[in-house]
Amino acid sequence: MKELFSLFFTFAKVGVMTFGGGYAMLPILQREVCEKKGWATDEELMDYFAIGQCTPGVIAVNTATFVGQKRKGIIGGIIATLGIVFPSLIIISLLAGVIETFSHLQWVQHAFGGVRICVCILIINAVVKLFKKAVADWKTLLIFIAVTLGSTFTAISPVIYILIAAAVGIGIKVIEGRKA
Amino acid sequence: MLYLRFIYEFFKAGLFAIGGGMATIPFLYDISDSTGWFTHTDLANMIAVSESTPGPIGINMATYVGFVTGNAHDGIAGAVLGAVTATVGLVAPSIIIILIIAAALKNFRNNKYVNNAFYGLRPASTGLIAAAGLSVLYSNMFIGETVSLAGFNWKGLILAVILWILTNIIPKVKNLHPIAFIGASAVCGVIFAM
Repeated sequence: MKELFSLFFTFAKVGVMTFGGGYAMLPILQREVCEKKGWATDEELMDYFAIGQCTPGVIAVNTATFVGQKRKGIIGGIIATLGIVFPSLIIISLLAGVIETFSHLQWVQHAFGGVRICVCILIINAVVKLFKKAVADWKTLLIFIAVTLGSTFTAISPVIYILIAAAVGIGIKVIEGRKA
Repeated sequence: MLYLRFIYEFFKAGLFAIGGGMATIPFLYDISDSTGWFTHTDLANMIAVSESTPGPIGINMATYVGFVTGNAHDGIAGAVLGAVTATVGLVAPSIIIILIIAAALKNFRNNKYVNNAFYGLRPASTGLIAAAGLSVLYSNMFIGETVSLAGFNWKGLILAVILWILTNIIPKVKNLHPIAFIGASAVCGVIFAM
């Protein structure tokens, strides 16, 4: 029971200290989970993180579930995840209430007008970073272009693209395997 | 019922968004289009707030969308219920999948089929985010309902170019946390009435 509490509060702490998620979280996880608690080695954490990146969902949650599961089984996995989610729920709910109250003010609307432009650039930067890792040859370039155009100009659900892309990935490798 | 629908929509996002927080953005646009719960402009605002507050961005966005939509339908009780159901929906697939992987597939990363599927999944996921980015860019470059030269957001374009240079080229500045750029953009927005 004591360790479940400890899992919850440690991951809640990681949640509070992370801005933006993803890689920003790695050093904080290393300090809290590996150095302070000794729940996992650095290598294990890197493995969890890598698997978290290539499985569906939020990387932070995936990593928390892994560490919690290792310590206390299924309950541990769920408690650690609740821990990392908890600060977001509280902070965003409070903030959303405040923003709703003031959103009609002219200067708040102008501020968001500027902020939305920044969001565009942040998304573009994220795409460029992911592109460098994901697009290795002309086949992956073709998949990228097809999905970008398809998703821009049609209303097909992203789910469909993901399912087709997984099948295409396996298909390409099967064909390459036969040629070799 | 609205809150069951939250769980369903965000479960879908959690299950198919591959590559972390940003990958949930295309799914949020899909939810916006198919339910009309919030507009694309609302969504861009929510993304900015989610980037500037503590916590993983995917979780923040789910909480935010759930809170605002629930609030619009059932007041504060709906807001809290919405925030919780949307967030639980988003993390549920992660928990299930990771628990399965942790228990059954010790060498998940070395599995041939998993690797081959990701060969196709990574560029597709990147393409979905690129399309979402183009959509945000488009909706912010034209002010008003119709597309016209008069409604073109020149101030926005100038700010976008400056931000791109700051975040990609200028040494030291480009490694600053996104909050710094979001904060500066908010100030520019107020000063230049954007």
